[in-house]
Amino acid sequence: MPVSKVGLARAAVIVVAFLALEILCRAGTIPRATMIPPTEMAAALWQILRGGRANADIAFTLVNTLAAIGLSVFLGFWLGAALHALPRLRRAFEPLLSAYYAVPVFIFYPLLIVAFGVGRTALIVMGAMFGVVAMIVNTMTGLDRVPGVIARTASVMRMGAIRRLVMLRLPAALPHLVTGVKLAVAYSVIGIVAGEFILATAGIGKRIAFGYQDFDNRTMYGMLLLLLLAVMTVNGALSHWEKRLHLRFGQS
Amino acid sequence: MRAERYDAALVAVGFLACWQIVYGLAGADVVSSPLATLMRAAALLHSGNFWHDAAGTGIAFVYACLIGVSGGLVLGLVLGLNRFVGDVADPILGSIYSIPKITLYPIILLVFGLSLAAKVAFGVIHGIFPVAIFTMNAVRNVAPVHRRTAKALRLTPFATIATVLAPAALPEILAGIRIGIAVTLLGILIAELFAASSGIGFALIRATDVHNVVDIFALTLLVFLFAVAINALFHATERRVRKT
Repeated sequence: MPVSKVGLARAAVIVVAFLALEILCRAGTIPRATMIPPTEMAAALWQILRGGRANADIAFTLVNTLAAIGLSVFLGFWLGAALHALPRLRRAFEPLLSAYYAVPVFIFYPLLIVAFGVGRTALIVMGAMFGVVAMIVNTMTGLDRVPGVIARTASVMRMGAIRRLVMLRLPAALPHLVTGVKLAVAYSVIGIVAGEFILATAGIGKRIAFGYQDFDNRTMYGMLLLLLLAVMTVNGALSHWEKRLHLRFGQS
Repeated sequence: MRAERYDAALVAVGFLACWQIVYGLAGADVVSSPLATLMRAAALLHSGNFWHDAAGTGIAFVYACLIGVSGGLVLGLVLGLNRFVGDVADPILGSIYSIPKITLYPIILLVFGLSLAAKVAFGVIHGIFPVAIFTMNAVRNVAPVHRRTAKALRLTPFATIATVLAPAALPEILAGIRIGIAVTLLGILIAELFAASSGIGFALIRATDVHNVVDIFALTLLVFLFAVAINALFHATERRVRKT
């Protein structure tokens, strides 16, 4: 793939930003107590990963995040499909769904702690609560955009409701479903990491918060770098896939 | 329209019924009943402590909205008007938007200390990106014929923005501002939950620490209603703008 002018400029912007940060940190313009140079963040991360002292926390966050994403996507898809099939119920719920992300959903975390205690369950439920509505909304949008000819094909072939959904509608709605999955992933991660940050027993977010409280900037920035790299990689990959699907299906 | 209202009322009643049932199953240790929550919320609205916390959150919220929205508008306008710069910045903005910004709060605390400025800054980094992204896309999506007309009329850049681009892009920009304001509120509350000396989030975490279930529910309800009200206000404005 030839590198475009835009891609080149983008890479240049990122490199210059990192260089500037590095120089400002090394020169002491940004004090070490505030931020360590990016190269040291990378070195700290490498040390943490090689020493394996954060493995338990990384696994904790990873498993919880996967569980929350799984729940969001599974529940979101079926709830979205159900609401799509029941227009009257959907009309009644539509205002709630559209206002959902206007509410700072995270304020429910204290309620979850009261209900489930401090631990895995509260975090997973928080992550799933963040992600599920994005999946519901995008599932409904996706199913709305399925061309009428596909529904007629299904009746000609006398397909049942489930087969119709899985074999025809699902592939036709795929671009929007991928958008839903992408958002569910981003929101679930936010819910879980924020939960770990505020109150939890373990996890990457907990490690970063600990690092901050102990003035241990190497741990804090190392783990921060790990999280940012992971989120940006996954988000970039899903965005890329999403864009390709939208292009192929010629809809927006 | 009447059927819709009837359905909405049914959803509300169903929600309250579920809440009451969960309360019956789980008990007052875990869930506060709808009635107790409402009464506590009403009592909070008459207490000085609550308004002290509300003012702490409110001031940060207003500052953060002003800075975040105006910054986002300028950024989005610049990126939207210049195709090349916009193309370069688009995925960078997208990936910054997707990161869990809560992890950046320690950095902000290290820079600003535990202060109003830290809360405002944290709210701003939440709100500025959705406003910028929506504004950029809104400006880009303005029909080319509008821009060519502006050019043919030899409008100055300022007049082009004020009389052509802004009206055409307004509905989408308003949607961006609505989302930006919503996540700004989220950011400020999360900041207060993590570390603060006043504010609704701080009151919530205080109530969590002493396991005051009624307070947690009542505060959550009040924040919920506030957010829904702001959202409804914006939806109404958007609808009016789209009509004209």
